[in-house]
Amino acid sequence: MSTADDGQPVLELDCRTMMCPMPVIELARHLADVEVGELIGVVAHDSAAAVDVPAWCRMKGQDYVGADVTDDGAPRYVVRRLS
Amino acid sequence: MTAPVRPGGDLDSASAAPLHPAAREVLLAALERGYADPRRLHRPGREARLLLDNAREATAVALGVRADEVTFTPSGTHAVHLGLLGLVRGARRGNVVVHSAVEHSAVRHAVEWGARGDEVGVDTHGRVDPAAVRDRTRRPEVGVVALQSANHEVGTVQPVGRLDLPPDVPIFTDACASMGRLALPSGWAAAAGSAHKWGGPAGVGVLLVRTRARWRNPFPGDDRVDERSTGFENVPAVLAAAAALQAVVAEREEINARHHELIDVVRSRVAAEVPDVEVVGDPVRRLPHLVTFSCLYVDGEALVTELDRRGFGIASGSACTASTLTPSHVLEAMGVLTHGNVRLSLQRDATRADVDFFCDVLPEVIAEIRSRVGL
Repeated sequence: MSTADDGQPVLELDCRTMMCPMPVIELARHLADVEVGELIGVVAHDSAAAVDVPAWCRMKGQDYVGADVTDDGAPRYVVRRLS
Repeated sequence: MTAPVRPGGDLDSASAAPLHPAAREVLLAALERGYADPRRLHRPGREARLLLDNAREATAVALGVRADEVTFTPSGTHAVHLGLLGLVRGARRGNVVVHSAVEHSAVRHAVEWGARGDEVGVDTHGRVDPAAVRDRTRRPEVGVVALQSANHEVGTVQPVGRLDLPPDVPIFTDACASMGRLALPSGWAAAAGSAHKWGGPAGVGVLLVRTRARWRNPFPGDDRVDERSTGFENVPAVLAAAAALQAVVAEREEINARHHELIDVVRSRVAAEVPDVEVVGDPVRRLPHLVTFSCLYVDGEALVTELDRRGFGIASGSACTASTLTPSHVLEAMGVLTHGNVRLSLQRDATRADVDFFCDVLPEVIAEIRSRVGL
């Protein structure tokens, strides 16, 4: 695990096998596991996550950092905890 | 087993409206009188032809077009395919169709099948920017622009009449979501509508092609009364659809005002009484009878099922309720939450009590579904 400083999430949620809305539910459950200012990643194949993670950030006042791809090719959505 | 739909509980008119009372008698009478082949010169044939011509005339008057611009098709989807692809076939320029990102799947499928698409994004209300559409038509291979009159999922009205396009780029407008309820926009060369959305029978679509439009049949032709149609016309259904359309147009001022107000009630009560909800679509420039909202952490299928158990019929654009497992491309293009999605659309006789009852029940249903996942 790396720290928030190098742009890598301090916590990565493995939601590869989950369907919507479970990835966003996991994100909500585990947001408090990282400190304010730190990054949390959601790894999900479910295509709804690409829209729903940014929408969740907007609704809950968190910062959507962006999407990248994990080593195994799964989409990862990265969020910075603001509150 | 689910409960029977409670009177006033069918909140999904955008999927289908029950037969309008004005159409019922017409349909029954036409089943007796309009069975014959309208091309035949014998008496039953002439009778069917008369009814078909009446239906065309009534539809034209209700929509403010010429009778010879009206073609009846076996569905709204088929009218979309014929209308759009016919303009592509007649296009002076190329076969690229510039279309909004929130068109109905009938438009998207037609483009995929018989043209090349160039998709224009929308704002968070789901509305396309006329200037962005115009910019795209600078490409010489753009032959047609397709823009819906209003969005079928979120109700936002599109600026069809304000598209300022080169004269050799015709507009196809999918008017299925609004036909009858709203006057047609201006500026289109071909348009499509669907009778079961205004209280006509299913199995009747309306294709409108302007007299001077360059439209060429994209499918095999036929030798019917109307050169754009194929197959034996369902004369009784077409006549009933026309009767329903006339009635809907005649009463729309009163009904639209009532529906617009009831939807305002739903929009404000849902936003105020359900936590973590996003009410989407344009709050003002919208279809009068329709609203969409999305609830965080809620499975769309569970929501449809739980509301059905309580006697409410609603639609959902969430992936969890769709056979494709992909979320609504409309919600996706708007960048709004795709899960926990509800599309509510009022039937003609909806009352304040109906929408209040729905709004009373909704918060506890949402809370119960959220509690299953501990939220």
